[in-house]
Amino acid sequence: MILPAIVYLLLFIGYPIIGTFQLAFSNPKGWFENFRYIFFSKDFQNAFLNTLLLGMVVIPIQFVFAVGLALLVNKKRKGYKTLLYIIAAPLALSDITAALISYSIFAPNGYLNKILLSLNWIERPIYFFGYWFKSREFLVIVLTEVWRATPLMFVILLAGLQSINQEYLEAADVFGFSTWKKFVKITLPLLKPSIVSALLIRTLFAFQIFGVVWLLAGRDITVLAGETYYWYVLQNNRNIASTYALVIALLTFIVGWFYIGTIRSKHLEEGVE
Amino acid sequence: MKKFFYVLAFTAVSLWFLGPLFFIFLASLTPSSDFYRWDAIFPSKLTLDHVRKLLVNLGGWRAMLTSVQVALIAIAISFALGIPAGYALTRYKFRGKNFIKLVMLFTRSIPLVVIAVSLVTIYLRLNLADTAFGVGLAHAAMVLPFVVLITSSIFSGVFVEYEEAGMVFGLTRFGAFLRITMPLALPGLAASAIFAFIMSWNEVFAASVLAITNRTLPAHILSTAMASPDYFKFAAGTIMAVPAMVFIFIIRKYLISMWGISLK
Repeated sequence: MILPAIVYLLLFIGYPIIGTFQLAFSNPKGWFENFRYIFFSKDFQNAFLNTLLLGMVVIPIQFVFAVGLALLVNKKRKGYKTLLYIIAAPLALSDITAALISYSIFAPNGYLNKILLSLNWIERPIYFFGYWFKSREFLVIVLTEVWRATPLMFVILLAGLQSINQEYLEAADVFGFSTWKKFVKITLPLLKPSIVSALLIRTLFAFQIFGVVWLLAGRDITVLAGETYYWYVLQNNRNIASTYALVIALLTFIVGWFYIGTIRSKHLEEGVE
Repeated sequence: MKKFFYVLAFTAVSLWFLGPLFFIFLASLTPSSDFYRWDAIFPSKLTLDHVRKLLVNLGGWRAMLTSVQVALIAIAISFALGIPAGYALTRYKFRGKNFIKLVMLFTRSIPLVVIAVSLVTIYLRLNLADTAFGVGLAHAAMVLPFVVLITSSIFSGVFVEYEEAGMVFGLTRFGAFLRITMPLALPGLAASAIFAFIMSWNEVFAASVLAITNRTLPAHILSTAMASPDYFKFAAGTIMAVPAMVFIFIIRKYLISMWGISLK
């Protein structure tokens, strides 16, 4: 009964991966020529650094927000269910949609400029997009990613919070723990598996970041998946595109391995079983 | 005092998450003349013109149909193969079971970016390139591991005793599954189908690489949005956001449990 699913995955994931290897390693000048080409190109180095940098800036912010939001909803005060759905709203949006949404706010004619101008806080519109405003573009991308993907972490963390046995916290109340002490000594350690999975899922997806960056910054700010798209669609070069794809796969593999090793027990023996 | 802070946090959080959505809806309904005026945050009148033009003149409608088609193909294949696998993982004990789950988890983390480019080569040989069916097949591969894991956890929520009771009364194993387990698991399965739909609806990389003329909505927008005037971009954003919002509302009951155990 499992066989058809496995065969399908082998056919549609395993086989193409072999193809990706073939494409990446084929170059008339030698096996590693494609790798040598990209590793020494400024574009690759920038894309690699930008991808890492985005991850390093976005993930910690998301994490802090997500923990805060999860704690807030988990208090189960009045209207917490409404709050939950409101936070979950961006959950089903694609990165393309999120990028368009943030464009409507940060465009030269966007709502941020309109509001600031009508409040007389600024005299001229602020430009967020374009090659000369790279750092502002970066900021907009960070804001968009935080807005779009924090709900994902939030939901995972909330699921973790809800599985914590309330008796521990009640016992802590008996011993007169402060709220902060309860959080650090009880909630946080028990939440660890969820935290690990939330962080690592986000890290995995950080390597694939594409739509938001591509729509908002084009190639002003390059990322690995964006370069794959660029080399395939715009340069029509499958070999270089596959080489980029393989680098993404490798990074994913390293993080994924670490991920599975860490949460294996939690998810396989409790969650899915 | 505590209540005051709660209300404050509630309001701030709501504005942060709903505000941007409100703005793009507003932008897509604003007449272009109002949109380019600095002082007009709220337009003098609302118009559906941009949405209509995007759908009719710019190929949005066709791309939307392709999106739906691709998603349905992906759901059909992944459910046809994933449900038996998920069922077997819950109900039978066998060696290598955990390994299979591990493989499923792992394939979930392989980005389609890695596969898409070489898939084109294969598709060209099979005459699948540039077809909605081809994109659907790729999306099915993306959704399948998720379906296996999620259905296995849904089935484990249905007591095996019910099935056994059914078999005592003369049902075959398959009959018991069909008459007893399936109806009980149906709401959960429907929620995962919707979820699979969203995953396919949102996927853009494979959809833009595997098809040129038969692009799904996000892929179509990715290639045309850059060249279109702003108000079409906003109309596009709204068109893509609405179904996503509706889906989240439908599966809201399953939101936590589903994302708690699934990978994405």
